[in-house]
Amino acid sequence: MNILFAFIIIGSLGLLLGLGLSVAAKKFAVQKDVVAEEILEILPGANCGACGFPGCAGYADALSKGTTENGLCSPGGAQTVEDIASILGIAAGEAQEKMVAFVHCTGHAAVSKRDFHYEGLDSCSAAHLLFKGEASCKYGCHHLGSCIDVCPVDAIHRNELGNIVVDPEACIGCKKCTLVCPTNVIKMIPYRGSHAVACNNHDKGGVVRKICEVGCIACNICAKKFPESGCVVEDFLSHCDYSKPDTQIAEAAAACPTKCIVEAH
Amino acid sequence: MFYIGLFITYIFISNIVLTQFLGLCPFIGVSKSSESAIGMGMAVTFVMALASIITYLVYHFLLVPLNLTYLQTLSFILVIASLVQFVEMVIQKNSPSLYQALGIFLPLITTNCAVLGIALINITEGYTFMQSFTAGIASGIGFTLAIVLMSNIREQLDMAPVRKSFKGVPIAFISGGLMALAFMAFDKALLANLLG
Repeated sequence: MNILFAFIIIGSLGLLLGLGLSVAAKKFAVQKDVVAEEILEILPGANCGACGFPGCAGYADALSKGTTENGLCSPGGAQTVEDIASILGIAAGEAQEKMVAFVHCTGHAAVSKRDFHYEGLDSCSAAHLLFKGEASCKYGCHHLGSCIDVCPVDAIHRNELGNIVVDPEACIGCKKCTLVCPTNVIKMIPYRGSHAVACNNHDKGGVVRKICEVGCIACNICAKKFPESGCVVEDFLSHCDYSKPDTQIAEAAAACPTKCIVEAH
Repeated sequence: MFYIGLFITYIFISNIVLTQFLGLCPFIGVSKSSESAIGMGMAVTFVMALASIITYLVYHFLLVPLNLTYLQTLSFILVIASLVQFVEMVIQKNSPSLYQALGIFLPLITTNCAVLGIALINITEGYTFMQSFTAGIASGIGFTLAIVLMSNIREQLDMAPVRKSFKGVPIAFISGGLMALAFMAFDKALLANLLG
């Protein structure tokens, strides 16, 4: 009898609270934005922040309210832009060109000089605080891989030589690595670019030669001998201008004396 | 005077986390940054104060008259779980910004044993209605104090050279243990001295 009584009391207490909650759920129901939810389903859901909003939900919200423009989601690409446009009932417009991160340095420890040996926190910005890193070249990669840690899609890894490389297929162009890099050696290049100058050193050729075997010495061979390569030498550093034709870039890469023009993918 | 004593007791002398070792899950889980620790602390304080009131009413006006006091744990859990759900709904409706700030912490409080703990302590200590309410608030403040202190320590620990095997949760538990030792300095004698 006692057990039955306890059963009834707890049961009715639970029922009462449950009913109360369901009434409250009706009363305090929050109207959700249907359009924003649909857009959120289309977005990649990487929450990378490339669009400038805090996560995909923030961007979907802004899109449904019309306070921002379509086409800011670089991981989603053209397909996402089209899908969003069809939901919002507007013209798709042009998606932004797919940009990928590229580490403009291949100077691992075996080919470039070191001023001292760094022992400390496993973080590029910490290493940078100490004489701008252990390498004699103060423009290059610290090789400690802070960018590997921040990459939301694991597109960055260390190759067998010890260089940090970005996988252009996996990269979603969120620019998080470019923000964390203390030397700004990671820059965004268009995905369609076949080659890139893997050096970030603006010193004169003689200085570069002394400290790194694979640095750009600004010899101008790429720009002068191969005018169709798209290479431009500025401030003692060659770089690829992707708005120019690049039919001769492979030959320019072969002719580069320090072989610092490398294939991007 | 008794209420001041209650406050000091539940904030320092029998701090819910550091002396009674209740609510260790959020104490370790949500103490990585001081910002979220403050959010969690405030949410827990709010729920503890409310839960103290409601469990008092349930116990003294439902369970005691019906001679069912052995059901207190079960019914308290029921009440606290629905209370947290209800609070979540109200906050989502009336203050979306606060709802965003608290995020996942709100539903997490349902499983926080510190809330149930203070409700049961109120009964065993035989507190009156106002005393239960005061003990609830004070315990919440004590929880907030502990988790905020812990989060500041852990933010410092992130930069400290900690051995790999101790990194993360192990060193956090060791720091928590040392903090608990430090809190042993607050005892009943101190309270007697303070209040005469």
